[in-house]
Amino acid sequence: MRRPDHNERPAMTEPKCTDHVTLNQWYPLGAIDEAPRARAIDTVLLEENLSYAVAGDGTVAAWRRREDLKPGMPVDVAALTDTLPAISAYGYVWASLGRPPAALFPIPEYAEPDRRKLNAATIGVNVSAPRAIENFLDMGHFPYVHTDILGAEPHTEVKEYDVEISTDRDEILATRCRFFQPMASTASDGGADVDYIYRVPHPFCSVLYKSSPLDETRLDVIAVFLQPLDQEHIRAHMMLCVLDDENEDKVIKRFQQTIFGQDKPILENQYPKRLPLDPRAETPIRADKSAIAYRRWLSQKGVTYGVIPAAA
Amino acid sequence: MIKLYDYELSGNCYKLRLLMSILGVDYETVPVDFYPGREHKSDWFLRLNPLGQLPVVDDDGLVLRDAQAILVYLAARYDPSGTWYPRDDPRLLGEVSQWLAFADGITATASAARLHDGLFYDVDIDACRAGAHRLFRILDEHLWFGEQEGRDWLCAAAAPTIADIACFPYVMLSEEGGISRQDYPAIRRWCDRLKRVDGFIVMSGIFPASRARAA
Repeated sequence: MRRPDHNERPAMTEPKCTDHVTLNQWYPLGAIDEAPRARAIDTVLLEENLSYAVAGDGTVAAWRRREDLKPGMPVDVAALTDTLPAISAYGYVWASLGRPPAALFPIPEYAEPDRRKLNAATIGVNVSAPRAIENFLDMGHFPYVHTDILGAEPHTEVKEYDVEISTDRDEILATRCRFFQPMASTASDGGADVDYIYRVPHPFCSVLYKSSPLDETRLDVIAVFLQPLDQEHIRAHMMLCVLDDENEDKVIKRFQQTIFGQDKPILENQYPKRLPLDPRAETPIRADKSAIAYRRWLSQKGVTYGVIPAAA
Repeated sequence: MIKLYDYELSGNCYKLRLLMSILGVDYETVPVDFYPGREHKSDWFLRLNPLGQLPVVDDDGLVLRDAQAILVYLAARYDPSGTWYPRDDPRLLGEVSQWLAFADGITATASAARLHDGLFYDVDIDACRAGAHRLFRILDEHLWFGEQEGRDWLCAAAAPTIADIACFPYVMLSEEGGISRQDYPAIRRWCDRLKRVDGFIVMSGIFPASRARAA
């Protein structure tokens, strides 16, 4: 998408999040596997200082940071009071600053026992959450940014695909996406046309399904769960739920980190940093169909955090 | 065959991948889960390098740590042209060593800032960024005067040396630590020249030079 120059608005002078659509979501704070048991861990969500902990039995808790529970201190998770809503899902601790839905969006594949489930990494990125989601949805950059892995010249065309906003599930679904990939995953042994399905079931989370090189009837699942630190900084949690009976965890993580490391400078150089929701702000091409649906969906929901709302 | 204990997103590991690619040296990669796994602090890795740092190479039983030290070894051993580490030119060797030490300063500042922003390392971020800008100013000035004298590289030689390779990655990755290179035009031109060396390869976060010749 071609992006005209805009002056960046200063982030410092604005209040913390006042947008209730954003406040009422669940947000990932950290990978459960990486959390020392029953110890306070500090983090930030929507400009609020929080802490969280994972008990020995896997129970999780999150609370607004307080002086008597410094990071690393032992925590009796069951005895905590004044906590925020918190759940454990897809390998992460999730919390909310508002009134979150009873359940997080479903990823049924996560329950399949033969899948490898990993946090590929949690990485800090100097970008707004919606810009990062939009990049995740974009196939057009594969040959140029992920050269010889997720794409290669001359296979640069983004073929026609379908996008719908599912009203009963309140999520965006892009289907019939197909792209030639020289090395689609650690389990690949050469280039192949790869089928993609994208879901955006949460304003700042996206779930991608792509052909498994091991089993043509099944799809690998790769998700990005974003934790907005403020309107222009995120922690990106990358969840993998893939079929691979050969490679060590660290090899699978390395593959995903290599790809994310290639995206990082692109994400960090987007201007304006916040996603403009006015349809006239940037000039889309056909390949941006899912991005257009995403912007419209955010606009209709009334999300104002990390975006430049369309003029009323 | 050389074994490189490697982490993809590490600029220090990339220095070695880059030099070995340029020299056409075959090697095998042993992935180390530096993040989030902290495998460089695991028992097996600490036995290899008690400092708990990447990279490490094992060349037929010779185990070496420290990116700059390994650059010296690889160039001295595997570069038949002798230009990357000019062993017979004391004056040039002094210059190379000076810039290898400078590269450590870049690691301590620009790389630390990147680890802070990307991987949540607890460092004094303002001090890291200020320190990196101080080094970048010195580097930019040195390169700018070099251009006036017809010198393309860090040291007074017609060809690049390992000093250029040692300083390059964390300069190129500095923006991931919030350190802009906008004010350092000579650094930008030097990076572009290095990207056009035969055998140049990228890492995540570093893109190839554009196909057009640099201005």
